[in-house]
Amino acid sequence: MRRMHVHPCGNFKENYAQELTVFETDFGRIAVFLGLIVLFGIVPFVSSPYLLYVMNTTGIAAIAALGLNILVGFTGQISLGHGAFFGVGAYAGAILATAAGLPFWVAVPAAGFITAFVGMIFGIPSGRLKGLYLTIATLAGQFIIEYILVHWESLTKGTMGITLPTATIFGVALDNDRRFFFVIFLCLAAITLVTSNLMRTRYGRAFIAIRDNDRAAEGMGIPIFPYKLLSFAISSFYAGFAGALWAYYMVSISSEPFTLGLSVEYIAMVIIGGLGSIPGSIFGAVFITGLNEMLRFATDALMNLGALAGFGLNSASLREFAFGLAIVLFILFEPKGLAELWRIVRSSFRLWPFSY
Amino acid sequence: MEFFIQLLINGLSVGLLYGLSALGFVMIFKSSSVLNFAHGELLAMGAFLFLVLVSWAKVPVFIAFVITLAGCFLLGFVVERIFLRPLIGESLIFVIMLTVGLASMFKGLLLFFFGGNLQTYPDFLPAALAIRLGSISVPPVYVASSLMGGVFLVLFGLFFKYSSHGIYMRSVADNQTAALSLGVHVKKVFALSWAIAAMVAGMSGIMLGIINGINVHQISSIGLKVFPVVILGGLDSIGGAIIGGIIIGLLEAFTSGYISPSLRDVVPYIILVFILLIKPYGLFGLKEIERV
Repeated sequence: MRRMHVHPCGNFKENYAQELTVFETDFGRIAVFLGLIVLFGIVPFVSSPYLLYVMNTTGIAAIAALGLNILVGFTGQISLGHGAFFGVGAYAGAILATAAGLPFWVAVPAAGFITAFVGMIFGIPSGRLKGLYLTIATLAGQFIIEYILVHWESLTKGTMGITLPTATIFGVALDNDRRFFFVIFLCLAAITLVTSNLMRTRYGRAFIAIRDNDRAAEGMGIPIFPYKLLSFAISSFYAGFAGALWAYYMVSISSEPFTLGLSVEYIAMVIIGGLGSIPGSIFGAVFITGLNEMLRFATDALMNLGALAGFGLNSASLREFAFGLAIVLFILFEPKGLAELWRIVRSSFRLWPFSY
Repeated sequence: MEFFIQLLINGLSVGLLYGLSALGFVMIFKSSSVLNFAHGELLAMGAFLFLVLVSWAKVPVFIAFVITLAGCFLLGFVVERIFLRPLIGESLIFVIMLTVGLASMFKGLLLFFFGGNLQTYPDFLPAALAIRLGSISVPPVYVASSLMGGVFLVLFGLFFKYSSHGIYMRSVADNQTAALSLGVHVKKVFALSWAIAAMVAGMSGIMLGIINGINVHQISSIGLKVFPVVILGGLDSIGGAIIGGIIIGLLEAFTSGYISPSLRDVVPYIILVFILLIKPYGLFGLKEIERV
C-alpha cells in the first residue's frame, strides 16, 4: 500500500498527473469517503422531515448551481437566465412524466437534454456578444422563456400547473423525504464527481482558457463559439436535471417560481460560494437555502412579537433586504466567496504554527 | 383610425417615460461603464421620497420636488462612494451582481416601509395642461412629463457640451486611462455622474408615480425595461435613450392594441434579442463590440 502523504507546504508538483489529480492528498480522499458514509448512512436516519426537506431543496439547488458555475465561473459567460432554464427542466420533466408517461429515471435525464437544447438556442448570441451585452441577452432569454411557460397553455397548462405522478425507481416509490434524499444526493455526488473530472479534460481547460482570455484562446486554436455553446448546453443540462428532480419532489408545479429572482438567487449562490470552484457551488447552495429558511423563521418570530405586527412587517421585505445585503457584503469583502474562506481556514491549520 | 391615434399617443407618452427612465441609466453607463440593475429601485426611491414629502409631510409641491431631487443626488453620491468605488477595476460580474444586490436591498427597504400596495399622489397638476384634439385627449401628466423630459434633455445636452464637468465626464467615458493621465479626477467624475443619474432617476420616478401610481414591484420592473430601451438606442447615447424609449413604447402600445395584450410585456425583450444579434451597438451607440 502506498504511503499516506499530507499536503506539502508549497507547490512541489513534478508532473501533470499530480496537477490533475482530484484529491491532492490521501487524507482528502479519506475525508470525502467518510463524509459520504456520514451523508448516506447517518444523516437521513437522524434528521427530522423538515430538515430532510431543507437538505433536499439544498441538494437540488446545488446541482443547478454547479451548472451555473461551469458557465459563469469556468467559462466566464454571465447568464441571468438560469432560473428560466431550471423552469424549462421542471416543465419538461413534468410533461414527459404526464403526457408521455415516461418513468422517473428516463424523464429526468431527458428533461436535462431538452433543457440543454434550449440552453444552446439561448447561447447562440454568445457567438457575437460578450460581457455585458451577453448578460443582457440572457436577461431577455429569461423573460421570453418565462412568457412561454405561462402562455403556451396547450403544453404547460398555463397558470393551472401540472401535477406529477409519484416517482418510482427500481420498483420503489419515492413517496417520502428520506427516499428522495438518497436519490437527490446520489445524483449530486455523481454530478460533482463528473464535474470535477470534466474540468480536468480538454473541454474544461478550453472553458478556462476562454474565460481567462478569449482572444488568446482563439489564437491557441480553441474554437470559441462551439465551446461557448457547449458550456451553455452543459450548464443548462444541470439546470434542467435539477428542475426535473424538483418537479418530481414538489409533485405539482406552476410557472410562478421561475422568475428573474430565481436566476439572481443562482448567481448569488455561485458568487457567495466562489466563482470557478466546485465545492464553492455547494457551499453557496447551502448558504442561500439556509439563509432563506433562517429568514423565514426570523420573520415568523418577529411577526408573533405583536408590537411589530401592526408595522406591516412582511417576510418578503426582510428576505429581499438580507439577500441583497449578503450579496453586497460578499462582493465587497470576500469576492472569492466561501470556498476561499474554507481554503484559508484549511491552510492556516496546515501551516500552523508557521503560517507565513 | 381613432383607435390607432389613441394607441399612438399612448405609446408615445409611455415611450417618453421609458426614455426618461433610461436617461439616468445611460449617464451611469457612459461615465463608469457600470450596468446598473438597481435603476428601477433608484426610480422608486425618488417616487417614494416625493410621496413622503407631498402626502405625509404636506410640503408644497414645488419645494418637495426640489428636496426630492436633492435627496436623490445625495443618495447617488453615497451609493457610489460606499458600494461602487471599491469595485473600480474589478471584473464585470462583480459589478453587475453588486447592483443586483443593491436592487434587492433597496427593494426590501421600500417594501418594509411602504408595503407592496399601490399608492398615489394627490392630484396637483393643473388641468389646463391637458390637450384636446377633437375626441382625442392627452392627459396633463403626459404633457407635463414631455415638457420635463424636453427641458432635462436640453439641460443635459448643454451640460455635456459646455460645462467643464460635462466635458470631464465625456472624457472619462471615452478613455479612462487617458483622462486620468490628463489630470481628470476620475473618482470625482464617477461620484458626480452617479449623483446626477440618481437625480434624473428620481425625477423620472416622480413622473412614473404620477401616471401609474407608485408600486415598488411595478417601478422596479420598469427599471428592467430600461435594458431594451438603451440597447435599441445605443448604450452610451443620451438622445438614443429617448428615441429608443419612444420606439419601445410605440411597439408595446401597438402589440397590445392589435395583437395581444399579454404579449405587451415580452415584446421589448424579443426585439432586444434581435437587435443584439443584428446591430448590438444600437441605433446611436458607439461601435466598440469586438467579435471573438
